[in-house]
Amino acid sequence: MKSVRPWSMVLSISILVSVTGAFLMSGYTFGEEKEQVIQITAKRFEYSPKDIVVKKGAPVVLEFTSLDRLHGFNCPGLGIRADIRPGKVARVRFVPQKAGIFPFHCDNFCGTGHEGMTGTITVTE
Amino acid sequence: MKIDRRDFLKLAGIGTAIFSSGLGKLGSYANAASGKDDFFFVQLSDTHWGFSNPAVNPDSAGTLKKVVASVNSLAKQPDFIMFTGDLTHVTDDDDERRKRLAQFRDIISELKVKNIRLMPGEHDAGVDEGAAFKEFFGKTHYTFDHKGVHFIVLDNVSDPASTLGEDQLQWLSADLKKLGKESRIVVFTHRPLFDLYTDWDWYTRDGAKAIKLLKPYSNVTVLYGHIHQIHDHNTGNIAHHAAKGLMYPLPAPGSVPKKAPVPWDANQPYKGLGFRGVDVRVKQAALAIAEFGVKGEKI
Repeated sequence: MKSVRPWSMVLSISILVSVTGAFLMSGYTFGEEKEQVIQITAKRFEYSPKDIVVKKGAPVVLEFTSLDRLHGFNCPGLGIRADIRPGKVARVRFVPQKAGIFPFHCDNFCGTGHEGMTGTITVTE
Repeated sequence: MKIDRRDFLKLAGIGTAIFSSGLGKLGSYANAASGKDDFFFVQLSDTHWGFSNPAVNPDSAGTLKKVVASVNSLAKQPDFIMFTGDLTHVTDDDDERRKRLAQFRDIISELKVKNIRLMPGEHDAGVDEGAAFKEFFGKTHYTFDHKGVHFIVLDNVSDPASTLGEDQLQWLSADLKKLGKESRIVVFTHRPLFDLYTDWDWYTRDGAKAIKLLKPYSNVTVLYGHIHQIHDHNTGNIAHHAAKGLMYPLPAPGSVPKKAPVPWDANQPYKGLGFRGVDVRVKQAALAIAEFGVKGEKI
């Protein structure tokens, strides 16, 4: 019987772990569509971008960064929300199940323009 | 059962709505409060002192003063006056916030009735977590008792995330444990405790926890502000009634794509603004709410 050298086994396992990790890090889940990553900044009193377009059934990751203070993200129509804290990326993963235009707003009171800190997520077919 | 204002009984000649539910079922309230005096109090809300936009309210500097005069002119003076938050309009400037609070305090000092209760709205407390409000007016949540009714003032605005928070919920729980299940309870909040319209941020994130604590008590009414219009709703046996604001009205929930103050109508000045008088009537075993306009006219 042919023997397997220990160093080649270690190498094989390392390659397998690296490849699997790379898939996971890139947003791939085996057998599923790649996630669409959208970066959004929040500051008094706006989101940028404020109007976001995604596709029904396609996985999405919203990555929020605050440029000044605590803000919020709340999209009741899609049932998603997050706290957006300075110095920390807030991620919201979701798969839109219905087409339409869904408003979102800041739900952590942030000052004079708070009530106008809004945006929309448009889910296309 | 959801309360519909059309279902309220009208007191002949008074124009006052009597709530046949909420504060109490007839028998239970009559028993719980027997021997106590009837009394009357006034709720004012959302005065937004410091707001300035002539298209929305060209009399922004005069409206509150007119209301003070109107309350002073009421034939029956209230036992106390409750302001349910947003005393001032939000500013990002800490000094300006204190200036507005000081001006508000000076204006309401003209009220004849000196038993005045205050609580913050998010415009007063959301930016600095209530620091300036506390400097001027003290605690943001507290209780008081008046002629057999237990009043609970809850703060769902000092946390910018619009939560009551676990500490306050524990405090509420401990307070309620001292009461009998038939006690007369009136809760004041700024924001609605229930999910009125989440798209417009008209809710309290952990309000359901407070409602759960209040649920075992049979005579609970919540009076609140924030939405600048009359709104009546029931969560189980608890009645929730929103008051008009005193600076600008807001549209009905979801009636327009974007929440924004309703513009001033020159043909109907002060339309949509007002305050309320609340009669606590032992004999009828009910809470009676009368709505007034800015100039004190019955609506």
